[in-house]
Amino acid sequence: MNNPPVIGVLALQGDVREHLIALASADAVARPVRRPEELAEVDALVIPGGESTTMSKLAVLFGMLEPLRERVRAGMPVYGTCAGMIMLADKILDGREDQETLGGIDMIVRRNAFGRQNESFEAAIEFAGIEGGPVEGVFIRAPWVESVGAAAEVLATYDGHTVAVRQGNVLATSFHPELTGDDRVHAYFVDMVRATG
Amino acid sequence: MSTLPTTTQSPETGTARVKRGMAEQLKGGVIMDVVNAEQAKIAEDAGAVAVMALERVPADIRKDGGVARMSDPNMIEEIIGAVSIPVMAKSRIGHFVEAQVLQSLGVDYIDESEVLTPADEINHSDKWAFTTPFVCGATNLGEALRRIVEGAAMIRSKGEAGTGNVVEAVRHLRQIKNEIAKLRGFDNNELFAAAKELRAPYELVKEVAELGKLPVVLFSAGGVATPADAALMRQLGAEGVFVGSGIFKSGDPAKRAAAIVKATTFYDDPKVIADASRNLGEAMVGINCDTLPESERYANRGW
Repeated sequence: MNNPPVIGVLALQGDVREHLIALASADAVARPVRRPEELAEVDALVIPGGESTTMSKLAVLFGMLEPLRERVRAGMPVYGTCAGMIMLADKILDGREDQETLGGIDMIVRRNAFGRQNESFEAAIEFAGIEGGPVEGVFIRAPWVESVGAAAEVLATYDGHTVAVRQGNVLATSFHPELTGDDRVHAYFVDMVRATG
Repeated sequence: MSTLPTTTQSPETGTARVKRGMAEQLKGGVIMDVVNAEQAKIAEDAGAVAVMALERVPADIRKDGGVARMSDPNMIEEIIGAVSIPVMAKSRIGHFVEAQVLQSLGVDYIDESEVLTPADEINHSDKWAFTTPFVCGATNLGEALRRIVEGAAMIRSKGEAGTGNVVEAVRHLRQIKNEIAKLRGFDNNELFAAAKELRAPYELVKEVAELGKLPVVLFSAGGVATPADAALMRQLGAEGVFVGSGIFKSGDPAKRAAAIVKATTFYDDPKVIADASRNLGEAMVGINCDTLPESERYANRGW
C-alpha cells in the first residue's frame, strides 16, 4: 500500500480528537466514524478511550455493533485503548450485564481493574516491538487483561498485569498513548495496517 | 505536555495529564445530576458517561433556599456502590475541607460549584493540592483560565443551573469561544495586554492562543433540558454536557436521559435529534432568566 491507509476512529464517545491527531502524525489519513456507511470506507479502526458502557450502548442503538463485529471478523485491523480494549475483549469482568463487546482478542479483561480516578497513574512501559525506550503509559480508571488465549501475544505488562495485547490484526492497550504526544504505538498500528494492505 | 522521565518506574498518581486525561475520556458524553442510587442507575442505564451525586438538584436548591452544602457521605457512597461509571460530587467554592472529604470518599471528580453556597468570597480552593481532579464553572475566558491556574482539570459553562433555560449556557459558551477566537489573531504584543485584561498568566494565554482551545476539556452546564438543547451546546463547541435538573424534574426521566445521550452523540444530525425528541412527556417547567433577581443568579458566584 503506497497511499497512506485510511483509519477511522470510532466517534460514538471518548477521546476521538486525540486519536485523530496521533494517527495523522503517524502518517495515516484519519477520520471519525459513527455510522455503518462511514465504517465501510475505512481500512482500519481505532476504538478510543471513553466510557465503555456508554460506547457499547450507543453502538447497539445506532446499529453499529453488528457491522463492527463483521469487520473485525473479516480481519480489519483494529486498535483499542482503555474502553477500546474492553470493546475488543471476548469476555469482560466487572462490566454491566447488558454490556456488549466486539470481541477480536481471546482475552478476559477486567474493567476499572487499576481502581478509581484517585488510583489513575503514569508509568514507563516497555513495549515489545517498539524501539527507542519505554512508552509513556497513562492509565485512567484503566482495565487490565486477566488472561489471554494461546493465539494472543502479550506486548507489555505493568506490575505483573498484562496491559498490551495483540492477536493477528487486533491490538489493545490498557493505557492511552494518544494523551502523550508520543505516537510510536500509533505508528506500530499503522505499520500493522500497511502490512495487511 | 510534560514528558515522563523514562527512569521512573514507580507509578505517579494525580498528575495533570491523568487529571485532564480523565475528562478527555468523558467527551461526547452526558453527565447527569442524581440524588440517590436509584436515579444513578437510571442514568447509567441511559448511557451517561458519569453521574454527579448531590443532595438536591439545582431546581430544588432554588425552591428551598437556605445554605446548600456538600452532600451526605453516606449518600455519595451509596451512589458509588450502585454504578460502575465515574461518580462526581460538588463542594462549595473555596470549601477545601469539603473537597478533602470528597477525595477521601473516592469520588472521581470534584465540582467546585457555584450551585452550592460559596464558602469563601475571595478564594477558590487550591486544586493542585488534590489527587482527585476538579471541574469548575466559568462565564468567560478569564474566569476559565483563573480556574485552570488554580488546578482545574476541566471547565464547564456555568449557565444558570436549575432554570431549565439554556440561554445563559449559550451566552457563556459563546463568550468563551469568541474570546479564544480573538486571541488567535493577536500578536505577542497584544497577548501581553490580553493576559492583563483576562487576569490570567501570559504563558497560559499564549498556550490558548496557539491551541485555539482551552488546554482542558470544555463542557456545557446550566439549563439544558431537551435533546435539542444538548445538541445546541455541542454545535456551539461544548465537548459534552452536564444535565442537572432537566432529567429528574421531567415527566419521564429514563426516556429523556436516553434521548439526551443520543442527541449529544449525533448533535449534528437533525433527524436523530428529531427522533430523540419525540414523546418525551413533560419537560421541566423552567424559569425565565430575565425575571430572575441578581441575588438568585448562581452564575454571579465565583470570580
